[in-house]
Amino acid sequence: MLHSLLERIRQGYRTMPFPRTPPPLSERFRGRPILEPGRCAAGCRACLEACPVGAVSVTAAGPVIDQGLCLFCPACSEACPQGALSFSREYRLAARTRKDLLIGPEQTPPRAEPLETDLRKLFGRSLKLRQVSAGGCNACEADTNVLNTLAWDLGRFGIQFVASPRHADGILVTGPVSENMREALLATWEAVPAPKLVIACGACAIGGGPFRHLPAVHNGLDGIIPVDLFIPGCPPHPATIMDGLLRLVGRIA
Amino acid sequence: MSGAKLIFKNPAALPLDQVPLLSPDSFGQELYLSLAEGWRLCSYFGHRQQDGALRRYAVLAQDSSQQLAACCCAVEEDSFTSLAALCPQVSLFEREIYEQYGVAPEGHPWLKPVRFPLGGVGLMDFYQVTGEQVHEVAVGPVHAGIIEPGHFRFQCHGEEVFHLEISLGYQHRGVEQALPAAAAGRVIAMLEAVAGDSTIGHLWAYCLLREALCGTVVSPRASALRGIGLELERLANHAGDLGALAGDVGYLPTASFCGRIRGDFLNLSAELCGSRFGRGLLLPGGVRFDLDHAQAAGIQKRLSEAYRDLKGATDLLWQSASVMNRFEGCGQLSTETALSLGLVGPAARACGVVLDARSCHPFGCYGAHPLQASTGKRGDVSARARQRSQECEQSAAWLAAMLEQLPSGALREPDELPPQSERLAVALVEGWRGEICHVAISDRQGGISRYKITDPSFHNWQGLAVALRGEQISDFPLCNKSFNLSYCGFDL
Repeated sequence: MLHSLLERIRQGYRTMPFPRTPPPLSERFRGRPILEPGRCAAGCRACLEACPVGAVSVTAAGPVIDQGLCLFCPACSEACPQGALSFSREYRLAARTRKDLLIGPEQTPPRAEPLETDLRKLFGRSLKLRQVSAGGCNACEADTNVLNTLAWDLGRFGIQFVASPRHADGILVTGPVSENMREALLATWEAVPAPKLVIACGACAIGGGPFRHLPAVHNGLDGIIPVDLFIPGCPPHPATIMDGLLRLVGRIA
Repeated sequence: MSGAKLIFKNPAALPLDQVPLLSPDSFGQELYLSLAEGWRLCSYFGHRQQDGALRRYAVLAQDSSQQLAACCCAVEEDSFTSLAALCPQVSLFEREIYEQYGVAPEGHPWLKPVRFPLGGVGLMDFYQVTGEQVHEVAVGPVHAGIIEPGHFRFQCHGEEVFHLEISLGYQHRGVEQALPAAAAGRVIAMLEAVAGDSTIGHLWAYCLLREALCGTVVSPRASALRGIGLELERLANHAGDLGALAGDVGYLPTASFCGRIRGDFLNLSAELCGSRFGRGLLLPGGVRFDLDHAQAAGIQKRLSEAYRDLKGATDLLWQSASVMNRFEGCGQLSTETALSLGLVGPAARACGVVLDARSCHPFGCYGAHPLQASTGKRGDVSARARQRSQECEQSAAWLAAMLEQLPSGALREPDELPPQSERLAVALVEGWRGEICHVAISDRQGGISRYKITDPSFHNWQGLAVALRGEQISDFPLCNKSFNLSYCGFDL
């Protein structure tokens, strides 16, 4: 007992001040891509060719990156001969619509808007979520789970992961939705009482991620269940997930 | 016996025509005798050749002699004689060959689906115990926590578990099938997420294969940086699991501390490569990111602080009678059981089995910078917890020495040489769960015609099932966490 008290004193109070202050991110963290289409050479498609998952398309005005598919790997920025593409340390990436995940010459993604007033009244101070991994590799799951640790302490905002869909206000889905998990995912979703939310966490759940178009998976929730919040990343940083959840319930704006 | 199988060292790309092609009978005999002599099955799989003929390949390891071996046989009929009843470690591999190629292991005692790739997941005959007061508990695929899906069937008598059957396949994404035709960048993206908590381990195995096939020599520096990534991955996962073990017995101080400390190690991986899970660090030919002296010193400082916190947090476990009362004797496996099931990694070492690819089949930087993992004895939850704690200590010490004096060399050799044609390439890497074995067969054009991944979980799930026999069902979460196996690494 005495040992545990002494160790508690030694380990100290370690809950991060985030979201009051920015989260501690590594220098090399790859957040929202920055495009400088003015630098692009005519006809250059190096970034498109380097992207392992087809997240980059090239339009007449310059490249467009779909953050929903992007794995935030350095391949495109390395391949760009003009230095027109780099990664910022912007971690606030969550979006309410699929279209809001696109970055291009004419698109600057907005931050996620909060829920409509009636839903916000319901979920703003208490949101219980059931997590479903449907082919997830355990990275999205791990960095969602970490929000329950004392370092992130998501519970202080009234957001909690619960054991039963019957106790939940929505589901947070990870993974590309393997065919073998589709039925269990739908059953879990149906078991959540309405009104209910669906959150797609990570590149797999948004569009299949590295497994996009494989015959055994469904390209994430696209066409399976309508999504209320998209959280991009492979996996998303815990700060990205937490920021998205808090914006959704209107706790930060 | 060595005449019947080709002996080599990890990693290697062997000419396919040098891999002994045995008759089905002598192949079976060779496998049986080798396993009886203390060899271990690393991988065993079917391969449909370009001419349409099917072969079975086996890769074996002898940990005491640092040797690997391979042999193969043609499959001419639609069945072969099963070895599963004699050598339990062969069982799941035979089931997998049956599921993937339709050739039946005759006499297999437990011929059930592995991953249900054709649908109907979970529909099978579960083993059932009947009798007065015997009841069945079915759990999953969706579990109560934030974890991957899988189905567990317990046959119980009151609290006591007579038998646990584990049925997986829910996470099946078809990775192995997709790899041969995938573009180089896509292969890396898929392998980084084949088991997302073992990104470095799986990608390193792929890099070793690719480098062996192309004859690329990676610099000592790049190799050392890979090692730093792998050991940080080990520390993060062991720290998280030690905390979760504490949580499962309701000992909250260690659970709380370790939840945070795990993140401290993940953040060090992010310092190295920008990703908490080591995404983007490795490439065939080397690594993407370097550490200068100041960065290495910065990581070392944070590492030693995080390790000190981990040590403080886990020492509380060993000092707490209520924790040890739950840990000790729970989910016990004997050395013989571990050997016969072919367990790997800390779960095997905790049973007293001496095996660790870093020392028994050294790869990358572990030849020049050895890391010898300790072994335990009792094979229970307590031994697995202590084993992981000791492995953290060894990894932290190894990392401190490595960060102090990083060897020199180029970060990345060009990955331009074409892969050699008609080779069998094998690589073993010691991931935090145990041995990760990747095998590739290249075709006449140098392309990959078969890619076989064996995650340590493929060997170890059966260990968890056996560890539960005779235990209370309420101890399942504790036993499960002491192994913490991968669902997607198994389901592929």
